[in-house]
Amino acid sequence: MSLTTTPAAGGHDGVHEPVFVGDTRARLEQYFTLYPTKQACLLPALWMVQEARGWISEPAIGEVAEVLGVTPAYVKGVVTFYTMYHTHPVGRHFIQVCTTTPCGLCGAEDTVRALLQQTGCGDLGATSPDGRFTVVEVECLGACGFPTPIVVDDADFIESVTPDKVPEILARYP
Amino acid sequence: MGFPYPSDPRETVVLSKYFGDAGARSFDGWTQRGGYEGLKKALTMTPETIIDEVKLSGLRGRGGAGFPTGLKWSFMPKGDGKPHYLVCNADESEPGTFKDREIMRWTPHGLIEGCAIGAYAIGAERCYIYIRGEFTDPWREMTQAVAEAYARGALGADAFGSGQRIDIVLHRGAGAYICGEETALMNSIEGKRGNPRIKPPFPAQAGLFALPTTINNVETLAAVPHIMVRGGEWYKSLCLSNPKSTGTKLISVCGQIQRPGNYEITMGTPMKELIYDMCGGLRPGRTLKAVIPGGSSVPIMNAVEAESCLMDYEGLVAAGSMLGSAGMIVMDDTADMVYQIWRLARFYAHESCAQCTQCREGTAWTTRILERILAGKGTDTDFQLLLDLADNMTGKTICVLSDSCAAPVVSGIQKFRGEFEAYISGSRQPVVAGV
Ligand SMILES: Cc1cc2nc3c(=O)[nH]c(=O)nc-3n(C[C@H](O)[C@H](O)[C@H](O)COP(=O)(O)O)c2cc1C
Ligand code: SF4
Ligand code: FES
Repeated sequence: MSLTTTPAAGGHDGVHEPVFVGDTRARLEQYFTLYPTKQACLLPALWMVQEARGWISEPAIGEVAEVLGVTPAYVKGVVTFYTMYHTHPVGRHFIQVCTTTPCGLCGAEDTVRALLQQTGCGDLGATSPDGRFTVVEVECLGACGFPTPIVVDDADFIESVTPDKVPEILARYP
Repeated sequence: MGFPYPSDPRETVVLSKYFGDAGARSFDGWTQRGGYEGLKKALTMTPETIIDEVKLSGLRGRGGAGFPTGLKWSFMPKGDGKPHYLVCNADESEPGTFKDREIMRWTPHGLIEGCAIGAYAIGAERCYIYIRGEFTDPWREMTQAVAEAYARGALGADAFGSGQRIDIVLHRGAGAYICGEETALMNSIEGKRGNPRIKPPFPAQAGLFALPTTINNVETLAAVPHIMVRGGEWYKSLCLSNPKSTGTKLISVCGQIQRPGNYEITMGTPMKELIYDMCGGLRPGRTLKAVIPGGSSVPIMNAVEAESCLMDYEGLVAAGSMLGSAGMIVMDDTADMVYQIWRLARFYAHESCAQCTQCREGTAWTTRILERILAGKGTDTDFQLLLDLADNMTGKTICVLSDSCAAPVVSGIQKFRGEFEAYISGSRQPVVAGV
């Protein structure tokens, strides 16, 4: 649900090391048993790529297409539909912050400002010069009673983030 | 309970009884609290008697549309020899709504039970639970609970020794509000872009993987085990107003209110009691200006309408709005209605899947016109322009996302026209840079 415009897909990660080998391959095989088609394993497969590499490069799209028996163009169409998949490298820690109406009514914009300032990102969608953070604005995170929620690295959901709590939260992500 | 605040005596706690009680998250903890009795009982009943009991209870869908659940289940073909699917909609992305998240975080086994009963009732061996990608805590709790339910024999080839196969598969979304729409969600599970499908065919004929499918919201399914244990009559008796609205309802209250949280009320509770008694009213010195009662997709109510309405499906329709997903957004006298409506329009413009011209163009232009007004460059003709756009966006598209964008605009202009006029006449300073 990122609101930040990112460049079109097309990033390249240099020499592409295959993702679906060893344990990751085994996990994918496990997914094959849970759905009647291989195509249905596309979202899980893309999550595995993003977990392993931090983003989904053009060669990774090709690899996913191959293991699932669909075309790279098809995979790209799906990747770009869903806003949580990154088609370009992002900072070491990726922060999504909600600014939709309910959070907006409770000061979400102040939280965004504090995050942009203290991470050194400056702008939404930009990565800080030290490569540590990227901050994006997103739509409702489904926790509107706890303004303002943020999600860090697709893994940590943190409720009730006000500007005064920002330094302590950022310190957890070296 | 008014989670995260302590329970209020005026609530009727059924689904939220164990919110905040980490002990309820494990299989044993859940069983000690009376859990899994509903599933065990259901497995001794026939699918038909389960559906009859749910019909009797009057339970209606909690995902937004309020369709009677028992009736929906009865649409599934019988004896067709095809695999059937149950899908649980845990995509919860409607601004203002945050109840399904608490059900999954605190009572994951309650949802598993509801899904298992639903699957058995509609002749499905497999249920997919579609959890939005951002819900990392619910994902963790559900993953753990499903694994435990398999290990303890509640799920699998022989659920609780009944001979019935019931599998639950968790599917993680990846960021798209539109995937909460039932057919978009099915496409998303199938590994496609989340575009809603044209209906018919309806899911009961051709849903997930083109097979007969029922889709229900988390809260709907979580209510089912309670109906199994305590009976449809009991559930039906939880009603303070219209007999077509029964049971308890989790209301997610947020925005400019003293104690935001999830409040479980009996259907028909006055909104005034919810706002002023249970939620502690507005912030000191503030007065109520507006309420969006059913998630951001329903018409905005002014204070008079809000303070006199009853919280159930019919009560909110009578007051000119809808219960929707029951995400209640409260705004006090400091709220700038034009700005808030613009922000909502921007949400819909961003989330439109862009298949339908009326929606793709309509949501984008609505946002731009509102932005122009906020920049002090609006004109008197903008009212008609916005209303014409809204008319073109209502009832004409594949799904109702388009209508949802029009609802706050039309009701906002109707009820808060003066605030728009203030920007247009220049008596109010522009709040955004020129467009
Ligand atoms: C744009 C859009 C978004 C929706 N989002 C959700 C959602 O996040 N969760 C949900 O349960 N239902 C959502 N719905 C409603 C579903 O399409 C569907 O009606 C519901 O899941 C059916 O379950 P129920 O009968 O138990 O309510 C949405 C509908 C639309 C049109
Ligand atoms: S109304 Fe909007 S969101 Fe719904 S199908 Fe059409 S374009 Fe997509
Ligand atoms: S509006 Fe911010 S979490 Fe819902």
